[in-house]
Amino acid sequence: MIRRFAVFLLLLGLGAIFADLLLGYTPSEELNLTARYYAEHTAQDLGAANIVTAIVVTYRGLDTLGEVTVLFLTATIIGMVLARGRKHRALQRQLPAAGELLTTGSRLLVPLILLLGVYVFVNGHLTPGGGFQGGAIVASAALLLLLTDPLKRFSHRLIAVMESVSGLFFIGLGVLGLVYAGGFLDSRVLPNGAFGTLFSAGVMPIIYSFIGLKVGAEFTSMLTHLAETEQS
Amino acid sequence: MNTVLLSIGVLLAVAMIGVAWLTIRATRIATAMLAAGLVSLFASVLFLFLAAPDVAMTEAAIGSGLTTFLFFFVLGRVRGGQS
Amino acid sequence: MDWIAMATGFILILMGLYGALTNRNILRIIVSFSVANTGVNLVLVAVGYMRGRTAPILDEAVPMADAVTRIIDPLPQALVLTAIVIGLGVTALMLTYAYKLYEEKGTLDISKCRDLKW
Repeated sequence: MIRRFAVFLLLLGLGAIFADLLLGYTPSEELNLTARYYAEHTAQDLGAANIVTAIVVTYRGLDTLGEVTVLFLTATIIGMVLARGRKHRALQRQLPAAGELLTTGSRLLVPLILLLGVYVFVNGHLTPGGGFQGGAIVASAALLLLLTDPLKRFSHRLIAVMESVSGLFFIGLGVLGLVYAGGFLDSRVLPNGAFGTLFSAGVMPIIYSFIGLKVGAEFTSMLTHLAETEQS
Repeated sequence: MNTVLLSIGVLLAVAMIGVAWLTIRATRIATAMLAAGLVSLFASVLFLFLAAPDVAMTEAAIGSGLTTFLFFFVLGRVRGGQS
Repeated sequence: MDWIAMATGFILILMGLYGALTNRNILRIIVSFSVANTGVNLVLVAVGYMRGRTAPILDEAVPMADAVTRIIDPLPQALVLTAIVIGLGVTALMLTYAYKLYEEKGTLDISKCRDLKW
């Protein structure tokens, strides 16, 4: 009873704060200073059509590096926690076979999903989307394969190699920016190119593609580790 | 802001709150997980109305796609231990 | 639209917290947290929205020259992009620990886990 009351009191307090924030909120009419800078300079300086991508990859690239590191740590911890003591638990469960529709459909859909994922992260600097979305789409292709055959095993070595190679290239391109351009993760290592074409915005699409591969590999490794708790 | 868009927004907001109630109060846990995925899906439509296509895409792919499947993976492993 | 989204986001945060604090099944707590996470993202994106403006992507519809008067604030969107991805990582970690807890104790009820209670 006291617990319920405390929860109620806490939520009431938070609700009062939120109501105050909501009532005191005045939508701004003009862009603030930072946003104005991004709006004015992104197209000329970096040549990217999608300003969100320019912020994620170049202006706040260090932030993204940290984010990818957090994801890597998460995937590693999940692998470590789930791998421990898996031996002594042999649960035999009869799995129903996947239907003909799912098997054939996944054979048709998996290449298409992979293609869509690659398209999304290659075009990240022009259209909505980018490495994180593309990586999630690539991982969902792996998820479809796992749904078709829950006992399917992906090569851990392949996932690990893909993850670390794309991570290395990400850092390497960042260091190249330090040498040839304005600073770490600066995208102006390559010329900006014609605005709005695929080969524009310097190394931004390349970096985002590597982020996409890395994120896809990390999500796939999370999914496979969880799926492998099912004993064959 | 035209009225049609505004009414769709209000409808989405009401639907999200209703589904969120289902998430925290559903009797079966699988229903709660599906409802959480639905909240994310509605949120991604709302992001699109808020002129954030990047975020909408991320939310649809990650928030409502992968997260729901992670929940169901774990639910399949712990079945029988539900309270 | 921004008011609607912001109010919905705040309500979702409150509902998620309520669910996390009153449920005893650990999986339900995690589901409630993911609802609260969605609410936080909604509030953040709604803060960046401006009426009558469009997405921060430059093309024929939004030429470079008048970008300043036509696009909304791109920074909250970049932040929320990060937040969603990290949210999946956090959820996956919580689910892994829940699974491990179930393996050790054979239950998902947190009121039965009293090892650290004194």
